[in-house]
Amino acid sequence: MGIPLTWYLTLSAVLFSIGVIGVLYRSNLIVILMSIELMLNAVNITLVAFAQFMGDVSGQILVFFVISVAAAEAAIGLAIVIAIFRNKLTVDVNDIKLFRH
Amino acid sequence: MFAEVFFIAASLIAVFAALAMLISRSPVQSALWLILVMLCVAGLYVTLNAEFIAVVQVLVYAGAIMVLFLFVIMLLNLSVVPEIDRIDAKKGIGFVLFTVILAQMVYVTATTSESLSSAVVNTETGSALSIAEALFTHYVLPFEIIGILLLVATVGAVMLAKRTFE
Repeated sequence: MGIPLTWYLTLSAVLFSIGVIGVLYRSNLIVILMSIELMLNAVNITLVAFAQFMGDVSGQILVFFVISVAAAEAAIGLAIVIAIFRNKLTVDVNDIKLFRH
Repeated sequence: MFAEVFFIAASLIAVFAALAMLISRSPVQSALWLILVMLCVAGLYVTLNAEFIAVVQVLVYAGAIMVLFLFVIMLLNLSVVPEIDRIDAKKGIGFVLFTVILAQMVYVTATTSESLSSAVVNTETGSALSIAEALFTHYVLPFEIIGILLLVATVGAVMLAKRTFE
């Protein structure tokens, strides 16, 4: 009866791992930010699945806050990308060496 | 039965779209694949009876955040540079990390499945009514703080984007 909880957890693990590999393999700053959003989504699946299976509304409140913080993070991250692009004319992380001299 | 078929279809599309986001060359294509992932995740929230979170997912993630990403990509007018597929130490460590994280999470999920398999989805706690009751009574202070955080983030984003560094 119904979809087991472990299916949701396994899907969440797979999506989170794809997000990790995206952060480590891609060199485009914008794609790295998108991979972080994918990891946040994977965690949200876990939170909603546990909240619904345990009948507790707090997990969904936490997901609501995570989505809000993700929106703030995307706005700030993209503003930083624009500021870097203005100075360096690139969004490749291999070419951005602000702290290396 | 329908729920299982829907879950399998949505999760397969989500994993495929996530992989396509990972390997597509153009950032615009990556963003569009990520929107497909978000929509599939919203469908999974519906199978969990979490309607409010599903609607918020579509509105905020697929609507606002991804439009912001696409807007910035088109604003910067990036040329599609082919990424060189060189295998260096960073990519090796990345693959090891990927394998370890995935194996660990699947192992934990598989070994604890006996204690989790008896649970069933609760149909009461997903509605906007139950979430609003908790949000505006018990969690009203975090709610206000999130509002201030969003205001500060907006001001910071405008300031960062307007400012010119020498």
